[in-house]
Amino acid sequence: MTTATAAAAKPEFTLWQRLSGWVMNPWGRPRFLPLITWLYMAWSIIPVLIAIQFSFNDSRSRTVWAGFSTRWYWGDPNDSVWHNTQLRDALYQSLKLAAADVVVAVPLGVLLALGLARWRGHGSGPSNFLMLFPLVTPEIVMGVSLFLVFTHIFTFIHPSTTAQILGHITFSVSFVVVIVRGRLFSIGRQYEEAAADLGATPAQALRLVLFPLLVPAIVASAAITFAISIDDFVISQYLSCGASCTTVPIFIYSSTRAAPLPNTNAIASIMVVFTLVAVGLGYLFYRIFTRGESREGGMTGEMAGFEL
Amino acid sequence: MYPRWLWPGVALPGVVWLILLFLIPFYAVIGVAFGTVNPLLQTPVPAWNPLDWNLGWMSQTLNNLAPGGIYWGAVTRTVEYVIISLALCLLIGYPVAYYIARHAGRTKNLLLILLIIPFWISYLMRMLAWVNLLDPSGYATRFMSFIGFSNLAVHLGLITSDTNWLGGASVTVILALVYGYIPYLILPLYAALDRIDKSHLEASRDLGASPWKTFLHVTLPLSKTGILGGCVLIALPMFGDYYTPNMVSSAPSTSMIGNQIDLYFHGGPQPTIGAAITVVLSAFLVILMGYYMWAIHRATKEAAAS
Repeated sequence: MTTATAAAAKPEFTLWQRLSGWVMNPWGRPRFLPLITWLYMAWSIIPVLIAIQFSFNDSRSRTVWAGFSTRWYWGDPNDSVWHNTQLRDALYQSLKLAAADVVVAVPLGVLLALGLARWRGHGSGPSNFLMLFPLVTPEIVMGVSLFLVFTHIFTFIHPSTTAQILGHITFSVSFVVVIVRGRLFSIGRQYEEAAADLGATPAQALRLVLFPLLVPAIVASAAITFAISIDDFVISQYLSCGASCTTVPIFIYSSTRAAPLPNTNAIASIMVVFTLVAVGLGYLFYRIFTRGESREGGMTGEMAGFEL
Repeated sequence: MYPRWLWPGVALPGVVWLILLFLIPFYAVIGVAFGTVNPLLQTPVPAWNPLDWNLGWMSQTLNNLAPGGIYWGAVTRTVEYVIISLALCLLIGYPVAYYIARHAGRTKNLLLILLIIPFWISYLMRMLAWVNLLDPSGYATRFMSFIGFSNLAVHLGLITSDTNWLGGASVTVILALVYGYIPYLILPLYAALDRIDKSHLEASRDLGASPWKTFLHVTLPLSKTGILGGCVLIALPMFGDYYTPNMVSSAPSTSMIGNQIDLYFHGGPQPTIGAAITVVLSAFLVILMGYYMWAIHRATKEAAAS
């Protein structure tokens, strides 16, 4: 017999008993779980919104609000993102790395995903194993190892923009593989087999059947690659060549430890917009390309960048 | 229908890339860690042939990492921070994941979007947000003073003065770690809880188990893989973290093992010691990495079979 039904049958229960019945009723709707959940959501989002708010502050403070202004974006002739060469260069460097990363890592990852999903022979096991490693290696270990390889073995590259691009590609390839391979498993092989039965050559089956089916995963992985490249800090820092290799995360890191102005918040806010637009567009295209397919699991796991 | 050489051929560029820029770089760390140091320039001289390995730097590093050594403080602090942060992440994250998977109803999609947004906000931006809030004149500092929490924290010895949250307090670093990594725990937890077949819960209820017993004997065991996977997923980067303590404290009193490595590569004189600590850290983390890779591998096999 539960307290709630008892309370309903006997309305002469005291207020305290009714209250405790309402709170303790094990079969009722949960009361504390939604509270914790919404508090968590507020806690996770509001600090970032406040940081964005202070990027529009009309004073040099990041903590005391002095009214709305866009001076840290373009108004201030020295320190705004638009006019300060250091900030503009950091933004440009981040975008350059992300674009180069997408251009190389996506094709490389798509091919690797195809190969690893279908190659059954000696070497396929170790290759699968090798592909998973960058996903679980702490960034500092990857940063140190890439730094040492470019200073002691591949010395013709040395820490530079090129090294940063190579590093970014190395950690993003595995994300592309995981996303594309998930899609490969979900579409199966029957479409290509049907194409072959209908007289398509292997090249035609790949180009006309498999590739269009992979487009959603390719778009999604391009968006995710762009986003993780823009957000990366450790690899960029370890392969940095100094001022001309400074990306936005490196700038945020070094300026936070010095005496930051709201322009740090402004450039960080711009990066948030870039990432969310990239991921949002990726998601939109994914939805458009997979329209009409049964949506099981969908993009939530894939957009988060891993599947477990 | 496809030629036999096609799939290994297609995989080849990616595999070669990973050998050149993942495996060989890792060997470079080993080579430097077991190498010698040029006495004049103080630059590392790597030893590529294992027969030429010099164990001096490594044994010195191991001694420094052992109890009584100069890094022992950082080692215990790292383990302490990671364990407390993991516990807090689970304590907050499990109810959130549980609610979204089980009871969110019409708000489920909105909550999932809110859950995923932090993934796409730069980690450093999220730390910057807290640096602003915990500044002596920041909103969070003023709020905590207002409700009297700061005085309590000073009383408990968590912070040295009621506005000094960013001056090397362990509690700030732990909360920053929780804030930074918790989304990466909640998502796998949610996935594991969402996968649980409702009929198991109904069976448990029909057989007379109370909701608490159902949770303890059905839901919790069925979400074990999600809990372990999520914990490993966030423990790995936490063990190698150096930027979180640097952003919210940058005091030696909160320095983690990652900070020790970072010191030797940014400003410090001896990359050889940095490389040796990196090798030891990797050897320690290999168990966690192995578990996580095995879990991904098994999930992939299930996906391929279905």
